Amino acid sequence: MRVLLLFVLFTVSAQTAATNALPVKEITAGVYVHFGKHQFPDSKNHGEIANLGFVVGQKCVAVIDSGGNPEQGSALKQAVTETTQTPICYVINTHVHPDHIYGNSAFKATGVKFVGHHKLARAMAARGSYYLGKAAEQLDVKLSAADLITPDVEVKDSLKLDLGGRTLTLKAHPTAHTDNDLSVYDEKTNTIWLSDLLFTEHVPTLDGSLKGWLSEIDKLEKQSFHYVIPGHGELVTDWPQSMQPQKHYLTLLLTEIRAAIKKGQHLEDAVKTVGYSEKNNWALFDEYHRKNVTSAFAELEWED
Amino acid sequence: MKYSKLLPAIFIIATLPIAAIAAEDEKIWNNILKPEYFAQQAIEESDKVIELEAPVRAEDPALVPIKVTSKIKQTKEHYIKKILVLVDNNPYPFVGDFEFTPESGKADIAMRIRVNSNSNIRAIAQTNDGKLTMTKKFVKASGGCSAPVGANLDEAMARLGKMKFRLEGDVKVGEPTSVQLMISHPNITGMQMDQVTRFIKKAHFVKDVKVSFNGKPVLTAKTDIAISTDPNFRFYFVPDKAGELKAEATDTSCETPTKRDVCTKGNTYTETFKVQP
Repeated sequence: MRVLLLFVLFTVSAQTAATNALPVKEITAGVYVHFGKHQFPDSKNHGEIANLGFVVGQKCVAVIDSGGNPEQGSALKQAVTETTQTPICYVINTHVHPDHIYGNSAFKATGVKFVGHHKLARAMAARGSYYLGKAAEQLDVKLSAADLITPDVEVKDSLKLDLGGRTLTLKAHPTAHTDNDLSVYDEKTNTIWLSDLLFTEHVPTLDGSLKGWLSEIDKLEKQSFHYVIPGHGELVTDWPQSMQPQKHYLTLLLTEIRAAIKKGQHLEDAVKTVGYSEKNNWALFDEYHRKNVTSAFAELEWED
Repeated sequence: MKYSKLLPAIFIIATLPIAAIAAEDEKIWNNILKPEYFAQQAIEESDKVIELEAPVRAEDPALVPIKVTSKIKQTKEHYIKKILVLVDNNPYPFVGDFEFTPESGKADIAMRIRVNSNSNIRAIAQTNDGKLTMTKKFVKASGGCSAPVGANLDEAMARLGKMKFRLEGDVKVGEPTSVQLMISHPNITGMQMDQVTRFIKKAHFVKDVKVSFNGKPVLTAKTDIAISTDPNFRFYFVPDKAGELKAEATDTSCETPTKRDVCTKGNTYTETFKVQP
């Protein structure tokens, strides 16, 4: 029964693995985005949930996040090939989470440089063996250590990538969504790819520092962008309006958890009480909210 | 008629995997852990001596709050001497063992642990008469993007060795009083993937925690990598008069995450706290 089911699953994934181009949308001149669905990564979607894409210059294409598995990476690569003859020079990983990096191996080729935050390699190392073990079990995706490609180019503070006729500015953020968040800014179109520094509709997921994230949001909020691409959610064209729900959610966590700690509540109590007024405002709230509270509580109890 | 014939078949299909999983769950315990820790010893499985609270799902595999609650009073004549906590399916199942005295007042212990995959968590209590009682809870792994490492290792490293005591509620003379001990430590598992990086780090974790009140031991714990970053324990002590709580935490570095034969001695961190009933 189980073998049969596995066989069916493999057959289905093998079929979808054929190099059909991943659907992408040109949101502004030369910036292409594939918008992911708001789903929990599982063996049905094989971790294909994040927003991915690429920016096309005159000399080079930079891919931003490679996908939730190597097949999705191949499909994204196919989308690049069908869009332009310009070669891929860079694959930028915005952070360590599987839905953003598991497509890396599809892009490995001479002349392609992988780019990431200077703490990305460490995060890959720390999580690698666990992540790879879970990929088969939870995502029905086969991966080996060779699929996790550490950056050839590490961004310590900021870095400019010349794509020919347009320059991308990569910024390594202090610990926020994770401890290895990288944003990508395209000056030509005043577009910023915030990846998981921004969630819209999909509940934000905290895997770094709540206070750090709020502080990055404050800085970003003061800037103006024509287009903002979140890691999960629709294209933002009214910055910073569409970011307010995230700011509200994270601020509420901060306020309510601080109050809980002050009252002498324990982590296991806070998980049951904090932030539930936000429940109906977000997709996947039940899947991630308690984890967010847990993470934030452990951070905030060291204040003072 | 059709349905009544079908139903038992559905029932068998539905229950078979569960039964199979349940048997699977006891495999590591029966074949490895029981012989390792309690060879030839009888263990009663019940909730009569201790109870274990754990969430159904490990929301954050790096930080799973669990609590062992004692059901018997700590008296000089009869008390819980030791509680061992194990996570069967962790790469290194030993979480910690916790020794209590009659002075502990209540042999309760709450902590935060790492849970790598679907697993039974077990607590085995030994009373001073040598009897062993075990209780367990099954915890489902979380999935998603988190991993059983700390979210912000640099922060924990920067605070390394800092400790805090927090008294819970009012202190009553001669009565068990709950206290929380927080230890800032990254508790690095050493479960690193060497193939992908040059950052090869050893396991680096708190291995001993000793808490006393006015010099009398209240809690003596041996702990390991399954304890979350920034180890956090809640337990009881009995303040018979004004005095001082003292905690000593000692860490170690081991060459591999799952062997404890090659380890180097680490540092001892100390914290004291005045208690005024």
